Amino acid sequence: MKLYDYVLSASCYKVRLMAALLGEKLSTEAVDFHPGRAHRSREFRALNPAGTLPVLVDGGLILTESTAMLVYLAQRAGKVWLGDGSPVQAAQVQQWLAFSARLGGSLGMARLHDMLLYAGDIDALRRAGVAALRELESHLTEARFDGRIFLTGTTPTIADIACFPNVALAPDGGVSLDDYPSIRLWSRAIRALPGFIEMPGIHRLHELKPAPEAVPPLEALL
Amino acid sequence: MIPAAVLNEWYPVAMIAQLAAWPGRQTLLLGSEINVFRDAAGAVVVQGADGPLAVTLAYGHVWACPGVPAHPLFPIPEADQPGRRLVDCGVVRVKCSPLRAVENFLDIAHFPFVHTDVLGAEPHTEVGRYEVQIREDSDEVWATKVHFYQPQAAKSAAGGIVTEYMYRVAAPTASVLYKTCPNNADEWDVIAIFVQPLTEELCEVWPWMALFDDTTPQADLIQFQQMIFLQDRSILENQIPRLLPLDPGKEIPTQADLTSIAYRRWLKRKGLTYGAQMVAA
Repeated sequence: MKLYDYVLSASCYKVRLMAALLGEKLSTEAVDFHPGRAHRSREFRALNPAGTLPVLVDGGLILTESTAMLVYLAQRAGKVWLGDGSPVQAAQVQQWLAFSARLGGSLGMARLHDMLLYAGDIDALRRAGVAALRELESHLTEARFDGRIFLTGTTPTIADIACFPNVALAPDGGVSLDDYPSIRLWSRAIRALPGFIEMPGIHRLHELKPAPEAVPPLEALL
Repeated sequence: MIPAAVLNEWYPVAMIAQLAAWPGRQTLLLGSEINVFRDAAGAVVVQGADGPLAVTLAYGHVWACPGVPAHPLFPIPEADQPGRRLVDCGVVRVKCSPLRAVENFLDIAHFPFVHTDVLGAEPHTEVGRYEVQIREDSDEVWATKVHFYQPQAAKSAAGGIVTEYMYRVAAPTASVLYKTCPNNADEWDVIAIFVQPLTEELCEVWPWMALFDDTTPQADLIQFQQMIFLQDRSILENQIPRLLPLDPGKEIPTQADLTSIAYRRWLKRKGLTYGAQMVAA
């Protein structure tokens, strides 16, 4: 499987993260999104007419929507990450996958504005982002009262992976996460999952690492 | 009131490859609005409110001086060396003092914690002793004989090596580093950051590289550098105080901070206080 990838893209990271958590090897091809805008080139549009990243290619299958890629990876890997299969949970997973698009359109765009100078009404983007975060915080707080830490239950699903990146990267777009303790706990639970990988702006949990052992002095390594 | 010493320096304001006709790139330099564009004859113009600014084109970027240039733009001889690949990495905006962006670039000790498993890894956190000087002839800050253990020092590095670095502050908001080249033991890879001061607490950073690497695709080289710099961005945006303190205060520098201390002394001596605070923090 080959992922056309940009290291700073939250949507590309969703797919890299899902694959890492599943132990699935992806080969990645870097696309010069910034400053080259290679995703808008004629060559790239031949692969994905929408001119967006990521693109996942597996044999004859070409996927251009990150949530579809999450479904594909999870289905192939035994469906554990799709929920328990009940009508309620299947619907809830879909609900949060759709919600993740709202996060991308608000917090994600605020991040591109502040970081890579994208045009946009930054105040409106941040307001929409904060509204989405409040909704998420409220849901996760209720979930905690019921003893659940993830969006749809006690185990993570593709819904968590779809929503996590743009939430965790909110400070990149000038939206602080200080006001959302349940979101921060949820973020910690995701970052503690075996196989978790980071991206720029999302740091790993250094405190989960074993205490360093003594090492030889630097001179000895020269 | 911005000191003349600040106004008479050179600052990066655009990437040459991205220049367009009027209005071109509308941006800020030291708090003032400027337009960077090509005129009808193809010449590069940096237009301020009071007229055009002095312009130099070098290292893939447009440099402007809002005052009377105190000296020509600093040299990077490696830019003209045959066999090197020159890589423009684009711009990233950071909500921090331009001086803090440079200072972070000079720091090695954070590598294992911020650039984990790439430029550093626990438990290899030791910064060996190195040498720092303010060179009187070129009026630049230099750190030499810097050694650090790195799991993946460059895109072209296959495994962990002890990398040697030299750091150079060539202008108040531009720094160049020289590091062990994984592909060529006789040469240094050259990586620079050119920082455009928009305001005292907001900057745009243009990483630029001159490498010996004929094989790695351009997009991979750019993304490697962007990955590294964006790992720093969230740290930089949370540094307090927002302005870089030039006088010692509550901070307790260690041996590893020698370059930073020299940079701050150099800024203070030259009166380059835009983005700095003089009151002890």
